[in-house]
Amino acid sequence: MGLTLYQKIYQSHLVAPLNAGTDLLYIDRHFIHEVTSPQAFAGLRQAKRAVRKPELTLAVMDHNVSTQRRTLDAAGETSRIQLEALAHNCDEQGITLLDLTHPDQGIVHVVGPELGYTLPGMTIVCGDSHTSTHGAFGALAFGIGTSEVEHVLATQTLPQQPAKTLKIQLDGPLAPWVSAKDIALAVIGQLGTAGGTGYVAEFCGSAIEAMSMEGRMTLCNMSIELGAKAGLIAPDDTTFAYLQDKPNAPKGEQWQQAVAYWRTLHSDQDAVFDREIQINTDSIKPQISWGTTPEQVIAIDQPVPAPDSFADSAKQEAAQRAQNYMGLQPGQQLGGTAVDVVFIGSCTNSRLEDLRAAAAMIKGRKVAAGVRALVVPGSGRVKRQAEAEGLAQQFIAAGFEWREPGCSMCLGMNDDRLLAGQRCAATSNRNFEGRQGRGGRTHLVSPAMAAAAAIAGHFVDISRGDC
Amino acid sequence: MSTIFASGRICPLDKNNVDTDQIIPKQFLTSIERHGFADALFFDWRYLADGRPNPDFVLNQPRHQGCSMLLSRRNFGCGSSREHAPWAIKQYGFGVIIAESFADIFASNSLNNGILLIRLDADAIETLFQHSRKPELVWSIDLEQQLLCCEDGVRFSFDIDADAKQRLLLGLDFIGCSEQLTPQIDLYEQNRSQQLPWL
Ligand code: SF4
Repeated sequence: MGLTLYQKIYQSHLVAPLNAGTDLLYIDRHFIHEVTSPQAFAGLRQAKRAVRKPELTLAVMDHNVSTQRRTLDAAGETSRIQLEALAHNCDEQGITLLDLTHPDQGIVHVVGPELGYTLPGMTIVCGDSHTSTHGAFGALAFGIGTSEVEHVLATQTLPQQPAKTLKIQLDGPLAPWVSAKDIALAVIGQLGTAGGTGYVAEFCGSAIEAMSMEGRMTLCNMSIELGAKAGLIAPDDTTFAYLQDKPNAPKGEQWQQAVAYWRTLHSDQDAVFDREIQINTDSIKPQISWGTTPEQVIAIDQPVPAPDSFADSAKQEAAQRAQNYMGLQPGQQLGGTAVDVVFIGSCTNSRLEDLRAAAAMIKGRKVAAGVRALVVPGSGRVKRQAEAEGLAQQFIAAGFEWREPGCSMCLGMNDDRLLAGQRCAATSNRNFEGRQGRGGRTHLVSPAMAAAAAIAGHFVDISRGDC
Repeated sequence: MSTIFASGRICPLDKNNVDTDQIIPKQFLTSIERHGFADALFFDWRYLADGRPNPDFVLNQPRHQGCSMLLSRRNFGCGSSREHAPWAIKQYGFGVIIAESFADIFASNSLNNGILLIRLDADAIETLFQHSRKPELVWSIDLEQQLLCCEDGVRFSFDIDADAKQRLLLGLDFIGCSEQLTPQIDLYEQNRSQQLPWL
């Protein structure tokens, strides 16, 4: 019997079996950031352990940096302490750090791939659930907790158990204005936020083959919102073309060798998955979340569902609670519903392609009166390129705030937050209660949908061209 | 051999999809310590906007004070990987969480902090919620036998992964265990740099 891509990567990283179905896996790449690493370094220090392979770890400041000013204290005193702790820990342990003065600083999941730190066939971990993003390259990438960060720093390994395998086949063309974000939301809407729990999800099919690396990253990024341990996409020519000129990608003869190996990284024809799902993408419309979990999502032309339309009582109750929190009524159309804030950014949708899609909606118009709109590029590279292409100028001319790279209003750890009751069109990945600020109301949408809402002052169905 | 792994009263949190942003909101993640999170647990539910305790929230009700086991429903701990969530849960005083299912990263974080997660089917969870109307009942857990027993005689057996069980029972130093395999890690690294020299 053949192997799935996941099984191939898992087996090639097996250091030794531990006990009772647990294996020790080697970790090729470790990303760290300021929020989930300080206690890991403290633990190492306390146990007098050293970092085993500092060169396999890359540190980035992203979660609670100010996206307005590039100083460590710009987002407050507690942030400063955390950022300084990261700088100190990296310095002491010889770990490369992209700090606020580094031109390539940005969100860890944007920076890793664009610098070529993320490569096919790797195991990649980070103390951050959206590590799943890197699965777009055919790397087994998953989020871990701080104790595991410490474990990886000390040993470059992690105890793991084989996950179940889920194949999500996405076939068909995408309608105009439909992006990878809409596909991700539609899949989560269908399978639920626990639909992938215990599984590693491999995305395949003609829609994936046609998708850019940026779209694939958006999709894999949100596989954690499906509950999956990781998302995976087999590397192909699109992947290799993306990686070829990246600073840390192999060069010369090693590049040839690497590509030859990477071409073996796909699920075998006769591989058996624990579960398979097939979805046609041609009928997917622009999506918008109406509730407080990413599975509470509809197409923009659908009404907010009535709680009693759900079969199970727990879902009915959750819908009721979410609608109270979101200030929505069953049957309400979200198209036409006013927004207060628009946030274009996050590791889901802050790459160049996302900014291009958003800028394309502006067409010389202005952000609607009373709407606060932010564009937070995912990295220094994205920012520079967007400025070189004139995208930044379009955003600024339209009245968007053009920011420095960071996580920003995705989780509101810095000074970018929603106020209670504010309704936000967000290109990020989580609409949990209070995620963007206590009492804030988040609607997850694609960059084009977010930009269109900024201009109109309310959500619009971009597929109908009412924007 | 059967021993009591934990005993105490159960606090019912009747919700699905309790995410880690609810367990501990982001403003508490700026600490560089592992301690001091007990008061932050379920912050936005536990306190009103003016900072007073929310009397409607289960943790604030006098009859649910001093519980050491938390009961919830489906997909507990979904969302962000923050280990601050199990830290806050443990520091508040819960050493056991009983639910229908748990998110993967939360489950490994809990194990790394010695928190026992008990998965039961929907019917059993429902029965436990019914039981929680008598919050004074004391429950005990025999981890060796995989039993959750109420002093009134009701009992549930539960499944647990053999590795997790062993780690909880022995309280192992996980990093120390992996470090014992250093020769194998060295060997793995040597082979890998020969086969995949670009890494
Ligand atoms: S952008 Fe948001 S989801 Fe992504 S790493 Fe930052 S905080 Fe996490």
